[in-house]
Amino acid sequence: MAAHLKKRVYEEFTKVVQQQEEVATKKLRLTKPSKSAALHVDLCKAACPADALQYLLQFARKPVEAESVEGVVRILLEHYYKETDPSVRLKIASLLGLLSKTAGFSPDCIIDDAINILQNEKSHQVLAQLLDTLLAIGTKLAENQAIQTRLVDVACKHLTDTSHGVRNKCLQLLGNLGSLEKSVTKDTEGLTARDVQKIIGDYFSDQDPRVRTAAIKAMLQLHERGLKLHQTVYNQACKLLSDDYEQVRSAAVQLIWVVSQLYPESIVPIPSSNEEIRLVDDAFGKICHMVSDGSWVVRVQAAKLLGSMEQVSSHFLEQTLDKKLMSDLRRKRTAHERAKELYSSGEFSSGRKWGDDAPKEEVDTGAVNLIESGACGAFVHGLEDEMYEVRIAAVEALCMLAQSSPAFAEKCLDFLVDMFNDEIEEVRLQSIHTMRKISNNITLREDQLDTVLAVLEDSSRDIREALHELLCCTNVSTKEGIHLALVELLKNLTKYPTDRDSIWKCLKFLGSRHPTLVLPLVPELLSTHPFFDTAEPDMDDPAYIAVLVLIFNAAKTCPTMPALFSDHTFRHYAYLRDSLSHLVPALRLPGRKLVSSALSPNIAPHEDPSQQFLQQSLERVYSLQHLDPQGAQELLEFTIRDLQRLGELQSELAGVADFSATYLRCQLLLIKALQEKLWNVAAPLYLKQSDLASAAAKQIMEETYKMEFMYSGVENKQVVIIHHMRLQAKALQLIVTARTTRGVDPLFGMCEKFLQEVDFFQRCFIADLPQLQDSFVDKLLDLMPRLMTSKPAEVVKILQTMLRQSAFLHLPLPEQIHKASATIIEPAGESDNPLRFTSGLVVALDVDATLEHVQDPQNTVKVQVLYPDGQAQMIHPKPADFRNPGPGRHRLITQVYLSHTAWTEPCQVEVRLLLAYSSTARIPKSPWIEGGEGPPQVDTSIEGAIPFSKPVKVYIMPKPARR
Amino acid sequence: MPEIRVTPLGAGQDVGRSCILVSIAGKNVMLDCGMHMGFNDDRRFPDFSYITQNGRLTDFLDCVIISHFHLDHCGALPYFSEMVGYDGPIYMTHPTQAICPILLEDYRKIAVDKKGEANFFTSQMIKDCMKKVVAVHLHQTVQVDDELEIKAYYAGHVLGAAMFQIKVGSESVVYTGDYNMTPDRHLGAAWVDKCRPSLLISESTYATTIRDSKRCRERDFLKKVHETVERGGKVLIPVFALGRAQELCILLETFWERMNLKVPIYFSTGLTEKANHYYKLFITWTNQKIRKTFVQRNMFEFKHIKAFDRAFADNPGPMVVFATPGMLHAGQSLQIFRKWAGNEKNMVIMPGYCVQGTVGHKILSGQRKLEMEGRQVLEVKMQVEYMSFSAHADAKGIMQLVGQAEPDSVLLVHGEAKKMEFLRQKIEQEFRVSCYMPANGETVTLPTSPSIPVGISLGLLKREMAQGLLPEAKKLRLLHGTLIMKDSSFRLVSSEQALKELGLAEHQLRFTCRVHLQDTRKEQEMALRVYSHLKSTLQGHCVQHLPDGSVTVESILIQAAAHSEDPGTKVLLVSWTYQDEELGSFLTALLKKGLPQTPS
Repeated sequence: MAAHLKKRVYEEFTKVVQQQEEVATKKLRLTKPSKSAALHVDLCKAACPADALQYLLQFARKPVEAESVEGVVRILLEHYYKETDPSVRLKIASLLGLLSKTAGFSPDCIIDDAINILQNEKSHQVLAQLLDTLLAIGTKLAENQAIQTRLVDVACKHLTDTSHGVRNKCLQLLGNLGSLEKSVTKDTEGLTARDVQKIIGDYFSDQDPRVRTAAIKAMLQLHERGLKLHQTVYNQACKLLSDDYEQVRSAAVQLIWVVSQLYPESIVPIPSSNEEIRLVDDAFGKICHMVSDGSWVVRVQAAKLLGSMEQVSSHFLEQTLDKKLMSDLRRKRTAHERAKELYSSGEFSSGRKWGDDAPKEEVDTGAVNLIESGACGAFVHGLEDEMYEVRIAAVEALCMLAQSSPAFAEKCLDFLVDMFNDEIEEVRLQSIHTMRKISNNITLREDQLDTVLAVLEDSSRDIREALHELLCCTNVSTKEGIHLALVELLKNLTKYPTDRDSIWKCLKFLGSRHPTLVLPLVPELLSTHPFFDTAEPDMDDPAYIAVLVLIFNAAKTCPTMPALFSDHTFRHYAYLRDSLSHLVPALRLPGRKLVSSALSPNIAPHEDPSQQFLQQSLERVYSLQHLDPQGAQELLEFTIRDLQRLGELQSELAGVADFSATYLRCQLLLIKALQEKLWNVAAPLYLKQSDLASAAAKQIMEETYKMEFMYSGVENKQVVIIHHMRLQAKALQLIVTARTTRGVDPLFGMCEKFLQEVDFFQRCFIADLPQLQDSFVDKLLDLMPRLMTSKPAEVVKILQTMLRQSAFLHLPLPEQIHKASATIIEPAGESDNPLRFTSGLVVALDVDATLEHVQDPQNTVKVQVLYPDGQAQMIHPKPADFRNPGPGRHRLITQVYLSHTAWTEPCQVEVRLLLAYSSTARIPKSPWIEGGEGPPQVDTSIEGAIPFSKPVKVYIMPKPARR
Repeated sequence: MPEIRVTPLGAGQDVGRSCILVSIAGKNVMLDCGMHMGFNDDRRFPDFSYITQNGRLTDFLDCVIISHFHLDHCGALPYFSEMVGYDGPIYMTHPTQAICPILLEDYRKIAVDKKGEANFFTSQMIKDCMKKVVAVHLHQTVQVDDELEIKAYYAGHVLGAAMFQIKVGSESVVYTGDYNMTPDRHLGAAWVDKCRPSLLISESTYATTIRDSKRCRERDFLKKVHETVERGGKVLIPVFALGRAQELCILLETFWERMNLKVPIYFSTGLTEKANHYYKLFITWTNQKIRKTFVQRNMFEFKHIKAFDRAFADNPGPMVVFATPGMLHAGQSLQIFRKWAGNEKNMVIMPGYCVQGTVGHKILSGQRKLEMEGRQVLEVKMQVEYMSFSAHADAKGIMQLVGQAEPDSVLLVHGEAKKMEFLRQKIEQEFRVSCYMPANGETVTLPTSPSIPVGISLGLLKREMAQGLLPEAKKLRLLHGTLIMKDSSFRLVSSEQALKELGLAEHQLRFTCRVHLQDTRKEQEMALRVYSHLKSTLQGHCVQHLPDGSVTVESILIQAAAHSEDPGTKVLLVSWTYQDEELGSFLTALLKKGLPQTPS
């Protein structure tokens, strides 16, 4: 009950504030006592510490306005001095910290008090909390040098505290606030800065591991804030690598990495010898050593960091893959070396016998070093680790290092191929992706290819598709390799027919990359015979199509190949070129006029004319205002048609063409709408015709949303134009409404809203206004003062004339623009068998779709299910359902749950993909909300959604439940 | 001098019959109690009479620890506890406790029923022996008695294999048993924390080997099986029932799952089924993958692997069969081998080492014509493959474990002497710790310097802290106090409190020393000179010249007097209390050097 009353009280207080808002002078006075007074009363009432604690907890749940913070702080401090119970003091201290974070409140007024109470505090916990509060204050006042120095002093003073918590916080404070060396600061401050590093460094040898960790973290924090760490830190950190505690070691590894990036080229001595090496190499060796640490947390950390040490010398890098094998003190070759030897000796796939791997030469016992201090075999260990987290980290590191060093890429290939057989799917997938990323640097040997291809039979679809992707960009060294790949891919096709598209695509690239290797295989693949005609293969056989795709793509750059084709091959070519044009390229075929003449002569310069054509047609359009309306309309219509056709023909220009066409269509609609007779006649007579104009306005709005959100690569200058177009549409809407509705009341609101929009536009695009010369907005803003004071009828009139007079804006074309598109692969929508399920229960429908050029699909792509009764359902797929097989491409594999009441007969539901958008910027959350127990705020900022895939029909049949 | 004594009764410079006696701080512990596979006479069991000639073993041993269920580590247990007689506790992990009796019973059956041995332990004895077992969990500290405690660490190797730390006070021994530092398909890697034991007893089976990555081996194995099966051939894999068999099963099972294969896999029944049951139960002892996925599916509930029936061997079409025993010397594996050997499409894969004389060894060494019983000649046309899947740590692994545990010294067992020697040198060279490798019956004595905990009274600690700066972790500090040893506990208290506690009166102890100096001047003058000299040398101390002509430095009194006989010699009397011993002796030494000559 008391809590309820209190709530009421608060509500009233806040109401009071709102009412008084206009009287700025009184506001402070009214709010301050009200907020803090309630707290004060509560705290005075509290009989025991437990009660007081309860009040404070409740208080913490409510946000406090910036104006009343100071009052509340005073009250809290007052109670703090009186309070004897440490737990209450602790809570007050933490509240102080929270309060000082409030936006709009400057905490420099409480800093003295905070430091004061710190000096008299005895309880370690409270001390730690107070230091935390000071940290919050310090970070808020990051610009104030004096306060920073003062706080650092306070921290230094308490560093000698016996409690680890206090020391922890002090170090944290030093790390966050320790002054940075800047050229402008005076010498004295430079001194303190150097001190900070030394002070923190001293605590590297603290007795408490938590403090040691905090010290390292503070050092890292200093680095993050831009302070250049001294090289002496390196030696200190190296000592910590053999610490007993994993968190210390883990942090130390990070610190070493940081220092190695700062001073890669400095020279450090190797202990117990006279030699010296580069620091980055030394650090690399040390981190490599940590890959075989006892704690897996440290191992993951070390493996991850290895990947980003690109300056390391290749000699050290190659050691990481080196592991000297021996058996019975005799040197043994690794399986990798044996495989390589087998391959280079020309022998392939011999059955290995016992003793084949028998050790050869004797090893000098003195020379064998069992624990390498250097980088030896770090990756060999990492890739064999027990925890898959470590293995993944190691694979990632391999990937990054291999990308920067082709020689290393060649070396690590064997190991990556081995990882294709890992027991955890994630690791397999990761290694396949890694291989794809480094595929530019490598050529697969036959035996490696063999292992790679064996994975094609994997039952996981992700793995297979990743592998297809990999094969797309792999270099194969021999024709046997190509043959092998084809055979395995066909095997894959028969086993998993759903992979059809992916396999065809893979073969397309395989063919175009290796024309010379495919050439000798052609007769065999097409099973042609020099003397006999062979039977014509079935044209619908996916396997046959796969072979043809490979051959045709190879033939594109290999003019001698078509000579080997038989008659039916040419016929099939013509058929496939038409039906699967994205897979089969245009070929120059000897003696065949039909295809050769038009397209093939010179493919490279072909792009230029189309580009030119696009430019020319657009330029023609932009000279529009000089034409009469009728001519303009016609020109626009033609151009739109041209652009659309161009987009279909030239896939590279499709994005630009569509984008411009959409824009022109908007313009066309606008012109059409303004041509209506409606404008010349008295309003009440033309109620019906106005439909066209308002429909046009609505459609323009839709099109502008599409332009803004469905294309990737849209830049700010386009966004301005799009918004401008939308503004015009809104103006049109306003005018239409004005003309068709009687009475003035609704117009007031609409006018005001429109003017707000204009205002918003101005604020958002203030920088871009100069390029909008002579446009609608330009004129509008000129007349803005007048508009603000005019009546709605007048506003409408002004708008109308301005719309007519305004110039057509030139839409600058962006460099790279792509239209987002989606294709639903599954459900295919061909099934005649309805999906039966009991009504009231759910049925899961597998949806598989590819998305192209969608930014941030996890948040924007939704699935919509449309039932025959008009009911629509929007489904948000899980972020994990999206995969990213390549740049600009995504794949959605999810399950959609359908349910409905019973139907009498099966019917079709529509499934489609939507692109959700929101134009409002997200409002940053206040610290109070994350601290409080309030429910997490649901992001409901979706404004609308654009369908961007063809709908697919699914036949379903909810049966009535049987009793 | 406290010491740790270690005597291997078995496994000293040898593989098999693991049995190591350790006495540490007066406690006697026996580590493992195994049998030797190479012998069929008395030598197969350790010589327990070494422990005591007459008298019960229970009185001499505080506990017995079994590291894992392999017979060379636990095979002699029923003989030891029931026939020789031991009633004390036997410690082992839960999986070992569960699987051990199955193996012992199997061993007994072969020895008694097949070979007809008499005077062997009976089934009842195995049961009785197992009743004495105390099961331990990983990382659980078990108090054997007030002082002795043991703790188990994960060792990989086989299900339930553990390393044990035996600890008395601050002295400890870690015994590794058999362990594996590289994880495999069903077990994780051995792990030990930085426990810094006084002694680490490690196995050293692969002391001179560094192994290749396991992935290549696995891949080769799978590829071979897959190719054969695709050709329509049959694959025979002879295995021993436990350990590697499960590893290979998991490997094939997951491969079948991944590749969507339908070819049947069979496992010859019997012993294995029971053991598999335990594998399903002890999921916590397996590796990350199995532990993480067992909620969806227990990896040991094989979907593709079915029980084998004798009649299946004649079925047409491809199949994979696991059959016991592993060396093809008898039993089902040999029967199947005979049936399939004639077809070149088939394949046999030997996953482990084969003893000389067995069919396995013959075919591995390339023999293509085998003489079987009854003068039959069997022509081997099938492919023969060898694939090593061992679960012991290699040289690098052993070094890695030594590095992890940071012991004061290392002792190697369970390996061949020649190979151990190499590893011993390496350990001594790289870790700079002493390393031993005793033979069976040879005792190694290690002197230890155990740290003795001393309690300090809070008052004294605070007083000392108030005097100086804060304590620093790695700096030694001098502290005055009285050490009281009472009822085997040590306490450090201030001297006043000690006096009070013991009811003694305080005595003052003063040292007096005469220093003769050649000087003809007067005593007063002499005293002044001493004063000025000391004042200039001892800057940090309080030096005073008292009115009665004497000089004090802190509480040390110096008086000058004339020598009674020789007026040219002056005598300086230096007197100090026991507490100021340090300063006092310094002063006398200083004065003995004489005073500096003043120009006057």
